[in-house]
Amino acid sequence: MSAHITLGEALRRRGVSRRGFLKFCTATASMMALPPTMVGAVAEALESAPRPSVIWLSFQECTGCTESLTRSHAPTVEGLIFDHISLDYHHTLQAASGDAAEEAREEAMHAHWGNYLLVVDGSIPLANPGYSTIAGMSNLDMLKESAEGAAAIIAVGSCAAFGGLPKAKPNPTGAVSVADIIKDKPIINVPGCPPVPSVMTGVLAHYLTFGTIPELDVYGRPKVFFGQNIHDRCYRRTFYDRGLFAKTFDDEGARKGWCLYRLGCKGPTTYNACATMKWNQGASWPIEAGHGCLGCSEPDFWDAGGFYRALSIPINDPAAAIGIGVVAGAAIGIASGAMAHRKKVEATHHREPLKVEQLEGKA
Amino acid sequence: MTPMDFLQLVRGPLFDIALTIFIFGVLLRLFEIIILDRKRDLSEARGGEFIAGSKTIFRRFKPDREKLQHSPVPTILGYIFHLGFFICLLFFIPHIELIHSALGVSWPGLPNFLVDVVALITMGALVGLFLYRLTNPLLRFLSSFQDYFLLVVVFLTLATGYIAFHHIIEPYPLALGLHLLSVELLLVIFPFTKLMHTFTVFLGRYYNGAMAGRRGVQS
Amino acid sequence: MSTTSLQRGLEAWKEEMDAPLAAFFSSCVHCGICAEACLFYTETGDPKYTPIHKLEPLRRFWHQEFTLFGRLLKMVGLSKEITDAELAAWEPLVYDSCTLCGRCSQACPMGNDITYMIRKMREGFAASGHVPPGMVGAAGRAVRIGSPMGVKLSALQAQIGHIEQESGLKIPVDVQGADYMALLSSMEIMNFPEYLEALARIFEQAGVSWTLCSEAFEATNSGVQVGSKDIARELLQRVVDGAEKLGVKCVISPECGHAYYALRWEGPNLIGRTYTFQVLHILELLDQLRGEGRLKVEGQFEELLTFHDPCQIVRKGGVLAEPRNLLALISDNYVEMPDSREFNWCCGGGGGVSSNERAEALRLKVFARKKRQLDATQAETLVTACANCRLMLEEGLEEYGMELPVTGLTEMIAEKLASSSAEGRGERTEER
Ligand code: SF4
Ligand code: SF4
Ligand code: SF4
Repeated sequence: MSAHITLGEALRRRGVSRRGFLKFCTATASMMALPPTMVGAVAEALESAPRPSVIWLSFQECTGCTESLTRSHAPTVEGLIFDHISLDYHHTLQAASGDAAEEAREEAMHAHWGNYLLVVDGSIPLANPGYSTIAGMSNLDMLKESAEGAAAIIAVGSCAAFGGLPKAKPNPTGAVSVADIIKDKPIINVPGCPPVPSVMTGVLAHYLTFGTIPELDVYGRPKVFFGQNIHDRCYRRTFYDRGLFAKTFDDEGARKGWCLYRLGCKGPTTYNACATMKWNQGASWPIEAGHGCLGCSEPDFWDAGGFYRALSIPINDPAAAIGIGVVAGAAIGIASGAMAHRKKVEATHHREPLKVEQLEGKA
Repeated sequence: MTPMDFLQLVRGPLFDIALTIFIFGVLLRLFEIIILDRKRDLSEARGGEFIAGSKTIFRRFKPDREKLQHSPVPTILGYIFHLGFFICLLFFIPHIELIHSALGVSWPGLPNFLVDVVALITMGALVGLFLYRLTNPLLRFLSSFQDYFLLVVVFLTLATGYIAFHHIIEPYPLALGLHLLSVELLLVIFPFTKLMHTFTVFLGRYYNGAMAGRRGVQS
Repeated sequence: MSTTSLQRGLEAWKEEMDAPLAAFFSSCVHCGICAEACLFYTETGDPKYTPIHKLEPLRRFWHQEFTLFGRLLKMVGLSKEITDAELAAWEPLVYDSCTLCGRCSQACPMGNDITYMIRKMREGFAASGHVPPGMVGAAGRAVRIGSPMGVKLSALQAQIGHIEQESGLKIPVDVQGADYMALLSSMEIMNFPEYLEALARIFEQAGVSWTLCSEAFEATNSGVQVGSKDIARELLQRVVDGAEKLGVKCVISPECGHAYYALRWEGPNLIGRTYTFQVLHILELLDQLRGEGRLKVEGQFEELLTFHDPCQIVRKGGVLAEPRNLLALISDNYVEMPDSREFNWCCGGGGGVSSNERAEALRLKVFARKKRQLDATQAETLVTACANCRLMLEEGLEEYGMELPVTGLTEMIAEKLASSSAEGRGERTEER
């Protein structure tokens, strides 16, 4: 793809109709919570958007995020937008390898210093740099070096955004998130394990349209995509409200599509776009497929007390607390009770009978 | 600390600590009472102790006639509060899950909208009880800080539960965390306050009934 | 320790501490229901008369000394110590405004037996020397003279003489091996000698073998009311000794509530062993005789009767059915008070209040409760079975300007005895 054509041109060349493009713009605008009057502006901005340079770094990750973004069965506008960016470095996708690949990264950095977008997936190990290196360079060093000239960083997937699976207890690699290291650049977190593809492209579209970072929540997530609670948008919610729950994955409730709360669904604590955008071109999403939400777009979701334990169940097994309480309570209770009892018995032994004269003496 | 960190904290270690203190404290208090024991009564019994004592445990669930006549409102509010609180505690499905996970027992829950209504009514009753305590000269005289404070804490457990359920405070982990925190506060102060009556009422009624029963009176 | 002191009072409290007390203190939710049950609150509206509030010093002491948490608080100086001045200030609440009637214990939703607690509370007050002078005086007379009212044997003998002369009946004294030994209360000897005469009549008709004991005729026990187990034991021991010396099978408590409670329920615990004899209230014995067909009456009282349940006999003593059975024998025209049996209202003079002159004004004030109760019945004669109640009722009725004769149930039975002499009956009826 030529470096100079605009997005609009690229789309037309790929045979995307004007109508199809506007439909995408409408969807994007609504996704970004823009009023319908803004659709024209979005279309115009996207139409003339230049190709940004993108450097994509992959650290401790499973490639699931890249897979999620690239595995579209039919060419979609989202896919084309992804095609449109100048992906100057992505070591999973690029043909080059070794020194050539690293040279490409350095070249792109120099050519677009201060303007390129840095996309990161995967977490960064701090316990030992040797856990994950690229061309002999530690993840930490590469992140720092690449971040320096970036206009903004997009941390894709829960590993980059929050540390993800590598950071799950006991976190052997000392994994941290991008935001734990880079403090002086705007960072957009697009968590999810993996993130919803259209959220990813939506963030890009936002950046392309406005040239700015979208409004973020406390976790650095774009509010437009992560402002909604799964549980609030879940189509099984009426069952929750009526108290109808599946108790196992193959009981009557499960077949009838009742709420999955008791099977450990983390929908109530999770903020993500799954319930509205769904997966695989809107085909379905986990809860529709019959499995509770894992809460994958939330920090430390691996350690949130088990995927199949209801949210109301405390994280740790209460046996220890109960055990300690019972033993200590019984032991100290018996000791304290015995002391009190002794006090009483002693008082009985030491007593001197009260005489009526003694009463009269003071009365 | 992010809301999720907070939730993890109150769902994790803080809950464990609160539960430990609760169990510890309750057992401590019960042992302290029971070990004190009572002297064997040497008088010739006119009636049995055990049946009379057990009867009293149940009989005193009935409203007191005089109180009902003189001040029906607080009496009724008191019943509503106790009943409502236990319905919310024991029949809200997420709570049943919690109990099931800890004790392995389970029972059918109530539809959420019912629990919801009950929670609202219960909170209303608590507000009413608080105001009554504050304005009635007799109760005002009898009340210490604890009496008001406990009403507030119990109210908080219900209110935060309600808030979490309805996503009134966002993000949800914060709301759920606050609910858990208020419950943990309740658990921790429980053994050291009059909340202990939850357990000692059975002892007290039994002793009263047994002593009266021995004399041939059903108390 | 040769005198009463705070220290001694606190030691006494330690002795009294037991599981029921600890459970009761742990249970109180400050609901105020016990206040509504206590005539001292309902008639004054003063919240300090709330039964459980009367126990506040003892509650603090229990918490400070008998709970781990309370001990910790005391260690770091967060709880106030009990002072002698505090007990002195509390004394009127513990004595003047509690008749040990047991009504609050029936009402508390937590099952707190508050009366039981106040009884224990008084042990500490006695040992620390905080007892109303009137009650100390009664206890002193009881120990030294043998009766709280200072009634000596000679006075009793004089009364016996009178009765024997008037009725021609024999009143047996010191009969070795009699079945029953009857006790009297001073009040009966001095104010209501009709009781003794009634006993003699009934027993003669029923053929009961009975006796009085010249060494132990007084039934009341001021020690219990003052709150001293030691003094109570000393007084009770006289009865036990007397009964065992005469070798009787059964001791009969007179129409006196506190005497019955002390004798029947506290007694064996005071002396630390079971009795070798049985204890019955006179109403229990009469009801037994009725059941055996040995109590024959003729004629009924025409006027509307109502019965005042003496707290210590009925609510606390368990003699509930007997008075009703006996009343049914002599009257068809009987009405229960609005709150009767276990829920009857106290006459206001129990628990030593009647001998506590300081408490008189308060006692008469709270009699308003009884007055309302009586008004509701429209009764023409008020029957009871406790000489103390009877006196208190008479005083209260007079104070409130009510014309209502008060009488004892035993006398009423005696009046309707089938074989009793006609003139005696006639006289008695006129007197009333
Ligand atoms: S399935 Fe999950 S997200 Fe959906 S209503 Fe139930 S708990 Fe909420
Ligand atoms: S025993 Fe009777 S007088 Fe004493 S506090 Fe209780 S109700 Fe009041
Ligand atoms: S009725 Fe019982 S619980 Fe209520 S204030 Fe009195 S003693 Fe306490």
